[in-house]
Amino acid sequence: MDDQTKLREFEARILNGELIEPKDWMPERYRKQLIRMISQHAHSEVIGMLPEGNWITRAPNLRRKISLLAKVQDEAGHGLYLYSAAETLGADRNSLINQLLDGLAKYSSIFNYPTLTWADIGIIGWFVDGAAIVNQTMLAKCSYGPYARANLRICKEENFHKKQGYEIIVTLAQGTEEQRKMAQDSVNRWWWPTLMMFGPPDGQSPNSEELMRWKIKLYSNDELRQRFIDLTIPQAKAVNLNIPDPDLRFNEKSGNWETGSIDWDEFFRVIKGYGPMNRQRIEARRNADKNGQWVRAAADAWAEKQRLKPNEMAGS
Amino acid sequence: MKSDKNMISRLALWMGDDALIIGHRLSEWCGHAPILEEDIALANIALDCLGQANSWLKLAAEYGYPNKTEDDLAFFREAGDFTNLQLLEQPNGDFAKTIVRQFLFDALRILFYEKLFLFADENVAGISGRALKEIKYHFRHSRSWLIRLGDGTPESHMRIIRALEELWEFTNEMFEYDETGARLASLDLIPGTESLKENWYILISSAFREAGIDIPGQDRYFSTGSRNGMHTEYLGHLLAEMQITARSFPGAKW
Amino acid sequence: MTEKNQNWEPWEVFIQPGQGAPHEHAGNVHASDAEMALQNARDLFARRGKVLSIWVVPARMITASSPSDSGPFFDPADDKAYRHPKFYTVPKGVRGV
Repeated sequence: MDDQTKLREFEARILNGELIEPKDWMPERYRKQLIRMISQHAHSEVIGMLPEGNWITRAPNLRRKISLLAKVQDEAGHGLYLYSAAETLGADRNSLINQLLDGLAKYSSIFNYPTLTWADIGIIGWFVDGAAIVNQTMLAKCSYGPYARANLRICKEENFHKKQGYEIIVTLAQGTEEQRKMAQDSVNRWWWPTLMMFGPPDGQSPNSEELMRWKIKLYSNDELRQRFIDLTIPQAKAVNLNIPDPDLRFNEKSGNWETGSIDWDEFFRVIKGYGPMNRQRIEARRNADKNGQWVRAAADAWAEKQRLKPNEMAGS
Repeated sequence: MKSDKNMISRLALWMGDDALIIGHRLSEWCGHAPILEEDIALANIALDCLGQANSWLKLAAEYGYPNKTEDDLAFFREAGDFTNLQLLEQPNGDFAKTIVRQFLFDALRILFYEKLFLFADENVAGISGRALKEIKYHFRHSRSWLIRLGDGTPESHMRIIRALEELWEFTNEMFEYDETGARLASLDLIPGTESLKENWYILISSAFREAGIDIPGQDRYFSTGSRNGMHTEYLGHLLAEMQITARSFPGAKW
Repeated sequence: MTEKNQNWEPWEVFIQPGQGAPHEHAGNVHASDAEMALQNARDLFARRGKVLSIWVVPARMITASSPSDSGPFFDPADDKAYRHPKFYTVPKGVRGV
């Protein structure tokens, strides 16, 4: 069978709603696009641990400390689910991680912003995880089996993340004057960067057409962004927090909230590495990697010694 | 009866302070561990410890500090009021130091919870029963890493020796009680210091032997007085960070 | 440039979610030895709820059929009606066979 025929069969399967599995034939572009997307998604989970981790040691009470730690721990788990989905396509987790550490891989722009107050932890749960859930709910239905299943599991686990974040914000919004200010300040800083998470507008998104034809994505960046906006505005209104957008208005006809224009220059700047925290985020992961090197080497050496021991089960 | 509750409150305070301080230290690893799988492992152990801290401090408040909550005890006490072992407030250092600190403590806690699990007070028995299961897993984790690192590369071997050298001086006071502790031990409600020390030594020796590491001798400085509020300089810094948000906004709810 | 990460190998993880249930594939973890693989699997896949037992196996030890095998491997089983109970008849009125 020639590649053209295989491609036709492949696209027919996708059109038919079938899932593609690791050993199935797939166009090289499909494999490459998936590895790119899945590894970026995985890196985002891992880098995403850092801005939130920044507040674990300063959480205001035991309940918050415990739920924040559990949440950040989940992000590490999600990173692992995703790296292993990428591995089913023949990628190697260590090389993917090395690309991240060498500054050659992208990850979600949002994690290059600093967490300055406790309210930012609430906002990350409410806005950032809210946006991620909109995206991941779609990806749970994508055409590649292992990626779809990883997203399904992530969505299930992230259920509590957004609620946790919104609860923090509601508590602050209904708390003392200082707390309310803290919440509003955080909304002001995170609103626009969160909208940028969905990626450039459809007209400027070079990969979109192909990704949608192969059902790696089912909706466009703008459609997903709109869904998030429509979900979030009423939640903000419910606790009297203002969205920092003078042009925001409800379109009665479409039933959508329309926002002012997004500063795409900022987005492209941050993606290229020039956001407020890009350098520090990568530096932190590099340090973790460097400080862990002797540990990984020791574990290897120990395992090797066990293999060389006769008549003993390794690891028992 | 009242004095019983006061005694239990004091016991719960140590148990809670120990769990809180070690849980806090372990949580500092989150995002920085040697490999992602270990981020998850250390966070799991930290979560167990913080959960135990929550239960113990709640019990301490209920039995001995009227009108206070577990959060008041965690976030609004001064260093001198904390009763945690000085071992646990020591900075994480490298992964070897974290593992040695954890292993020395896990071995102690297993022996403690095996006894507390039989306590007549159902709150104490309940918390201990749950905690014992958790700690047995922590012990398995720290023990297997201790052996891997001790018997891994020359570098990891040296790092374990150095960590043990640095931490050994904090082990003596694991077997030192305050007045309440002495009373509870005399009533055979908690392990007596002599038998506790003996059993702990047995528990750690087999692991250090497997790891190919010699246990340090007794000719050195040993810390003392944790249960009465004596600490190293590190605790003040730890608390400054842990308590800052809560203390910056008095009366606020979170 | 970053030095090369050590290549801890992937282990496939199978968990038994409840009593009497079969072990099912959950995903994988990287580990340098079996005990570590078991602990990592426990922390990744069993921290939310009931898991009764975990198996870990080095991924390289698994041999999988490939899609091009699917004809010869599985189609022949399609027409073996004698493996299914409906192939056989019992006299009317007889139950419990």
